[in-house]
Order: sequence, then C-alpha cells, then structure tokens
Amino acid sequence: MGVVEAVERSSPVGRRAFLTLLGLGAAGIAVGARVEGWLERTLGPVIARDPTGFLSLLPFGRFRIYTVTGGLPERSRADYRLRVDGLVERPMTLRFDELVAMPSMRVVHDFQCVTGWRVHDVAWKGVRLRDVLDRAGVRPHARAVRFVSFDGAYSESLTLAQARRDDVMVAYELEGEPLSSAHGGPARLYVAPMYGYKSLKWLSRIEVTDSVIPGFWEERGYDVDGWVGASNGRDDDPTVRSPGRKR
Amino acid sequence: MTAVQARSTPRLQPPEPDLLRFDRTERLVHWTTAMLFLTVLFTGASLYAGPVSQLVGRRDLVRSVHVIAGLCLPLPFLLGVVGRWGRRLRSDVERLNRWSIDDRRWWRRAKRSDAQLGKFNPGQKLNATFIAAAVVVMIASGSMMKWFEPFPDSWRTGATFVHDWFALGLWLAIGGHVWFALRDADALRAMLHGTIPARWARAHRPRWYEEETGNPANRLKNP
Repeated sequence: MGVVEAVERSSPVGRRAFLTLLGLGAAGIAVGARVEGWLERTLGPVIARDPTGFLSLLPFGRFRIYTVTGGLPERSRADYRLRVDGLVERPMTLRFDELVAMPSMRVVHDFQCVTGWRVHDVAWKGVRLRDVLDRAGVRPHARAVRFVSFDGAYSESLTLAQARRDDVMVAYELEGEPLSSAHGGPARLYVAPMYGYKSLKWLSRIEVTDSVIPGFWEERGYDVDGWVGASNGRDDDPTVRSPGRKR
Repeated sequence: MTAVQARSTPRLQPPEPDLLRFDRTERLVHWTTAMLFLTVLFTGASLYAGPVSQLVGRRDLVRSVHVIAGLCLPLPFLLGVVGRWGRRLRSDVERLNRWSIDDRRWWRRAKRSDAQLGKFNPGQKLNATFIAAAVVVMIASGSMMKWFEPFPDSWRTGATFVHDWFALGLWLAIGGHVWFALRDADALRAMLHGTIPARWARAHRPRWYEEETGNPANRLKNP
C-alpha cells in the first residue's frame, strides 16, 4: 500500500523547510563573519559578566582551549622550571620566582587563531624573551630558538630576529590573573604578531639552535613564519601594527 | 459501534497482531547513523568546548576521527534509500515531507487531541527535516574548515560560524529525539525490533493504523 496520507490535502512543507535551511547555511557562510562581529560587540560584554559561565559555551568571542596531548598538563608555580640551553654561554634553569623577578612588561593585543577565531584586546604580562636570552648569553653563530612544552609533545621555533622582537615574551599573567593551566600556565610563550599556534603553552625549555626546527603544527602543514594576516593563506587584520616585519 | 458500547463489551477477539513500523533497512540506517552522530557530536564537543577538550586533548587524532565520521554520516541513508531494499525508507521520506491539515492542527494544544496523525507526528517531521538539512550544511561548512585554501577568510570565518550554530541545533534536536524516545518504550522497541503494538498505532497514529490495517482506528477520547 502506498502513501495514502491524503496527498491532495497535504503539502511538501518538509522539502521547503529543508531548502530554507540549506539557504540559511549558505547565507551564514557568506555573511557569518559580519554577524559574528556584531554578536561579539553586543553580547560579548553580557557573556563576560555571566556568573554561571554557561553563556561562554556560545560560539563567539572567547578562547578555545586546544591541547595536542591527552588532558591538561598541570604544574604548580613551585615546581615550575624553565631550562635555557643550546648555543648559549651560560646554560641555566630558572625557577618561577626567578623569572618573575626579572623586569616585566605588559602588552594588549588581539589574539588570533589560524582556525579563524579572534579574542579582542587581551592583556598579557611577562618577561621579554630577549631579556631571558641575554641573561643566558646567545653565542655568535646561533640563528634560531626552539621552544619545548612540558605537555610532552608540542614544540615551536622562531628565528633569532623574531625572538628578539619587543612583542615576544614569556608570559605568566593573562588579564591580570595568574596564567591558568588551560591557558598554558605557569608560563608560556606569547608571540604577539603571529597566529596562536606560535605562542607555545606550558613552556619548559628554550633551546638556542643554529637553524629553525619546524614545530608540532608546522610538521602538519602550518607556515613556520606565522605572521597574522600574511601566512597560512589568510588575510586577517594584523594583531600588531609594527613597521617592517623582519623575517 | 460507539465508544460506550466498546467499553462495555467484554473483549472476546484475539489480540491484534503488531504492526511493522520500521523494516530491517530502516533500522540499520537508523542505528549506523546514530553511531556516527554520537561520534561527531562527542568528538566535535571535545574540539570545541573548553572543559571537554581539556579532558580529552589529542587534538590531531580527535580531528581526524571527527572529519571521517562526519563525511560518512550520509552514507547509511544514501545506501539504504536506493534499490529494492529501500522501498519503505523511500515511502517514509515522502511521509516526512508531507504536512497534512491535521499536522498543523496538532501544534495547537487545544486541538491536539482531535488531530488524526499519520505515521509520524509533526515534531518527528520537523526533527527529520532539520537533521537532514544540518547534515548537508555541516559537511559543506566542515569541508571549508578542513580544506580551507581556496576560500577567502570571511567565508572561512562564516563556515566556522555556521558549523558552530548548527552544531548547537543538532545537540538540541538529537537530545530531544533521545528524550522523547526514552519516554515511549513502544516507539523505542519499534526502532529496535521493527514492530509496534496495534493499540499504540490506534491511540497515537490513527491514520497510519487505518492505512496499514484497513480498519477504522475508533480512537477513544481521552478517558
């Protein structure tokens, strides 16, 4: 028996709704970036004040926590150690309090992920990477710096010129709070002009090398020079307006 | 026979045989699709929601599983809907597409008890339509996120935006679907074993009952 369900008295609402939803999806892809910007401006402040935190699950204007290993690496400030070695005059291991005792700096920049999300005006505090390198004494034939995470898998690299920029730091505070484990605490790398994957979390070792060694995501296709707006085929607004990006 | 007589007459007839609600193909399509949906919903959540991604991590592996399961999502349906084995599935797709006057009446609570529903209620029709469209939208937007090189940035951000909001919709739709299924043991068993008691069909889907058996449903008003 076929469909007797009074075809003459019914209408194909399902097909119309299906096509409408496909149209909505296509329109969302075309104008979603603008809608999202508008949502962030209007609802962002509300979500920031939401005490339950549930609203922060809505998809805009927030950090998304990425880890490449199982679980979240945890290490207390007391147990934290930062090893600086490789092509340096004075290999050393810094404790957290020794790191914090160094001259500090603050910056406020947007944080841009290569997958598309952006968090506006994020305040960071930490120690300029250049100061850490100078304390160990970089040898003349060094060309690059490699970073290792205590998550056991992640690594990153910068050229020595990139590493010596004013806006590259070992960060230990985010928005005036101690850097949480989710955000890469006790201390992480923060490379302001580059996409988020360059800002390695859970920093445990800085190794000065004679050439750039591609990092975790770079072995999986990302650009080694991860300038925001000028790499990975993207044209986002730069997070840092700086004259001349030295490569 | 009026309702009053029906109630006073002792039951002498043998019990009615169960009705076939979903054949083997439909059940197979349903459960393979369900497994794939569970996979994409949970891998998706762990790629997206902070607390879950912190528990699970392993972004590289989770992402591969998510993409593969997502691309496979429409396959059970597409394989099930063709050929001789897909006859009932095809006719059910057409039923889900068609909205009768009774379906419209059902949305208004006051008139709900008068609505003579067919095989599916309007909520099921809406859910099926949304999920079908969402699968297409998710595969399109997800593919743009995965193979992003040819697309301008604003489209890539737009694709992420669409993927996020449709994902939220899918969690609600599938959550609701499971909720209603768990509240109706007969309906749930029909998706497991294929058949459903005739009394269920008479009470909840009178028009479908008439269509299947050729007998009037004689539905009693709510006692």
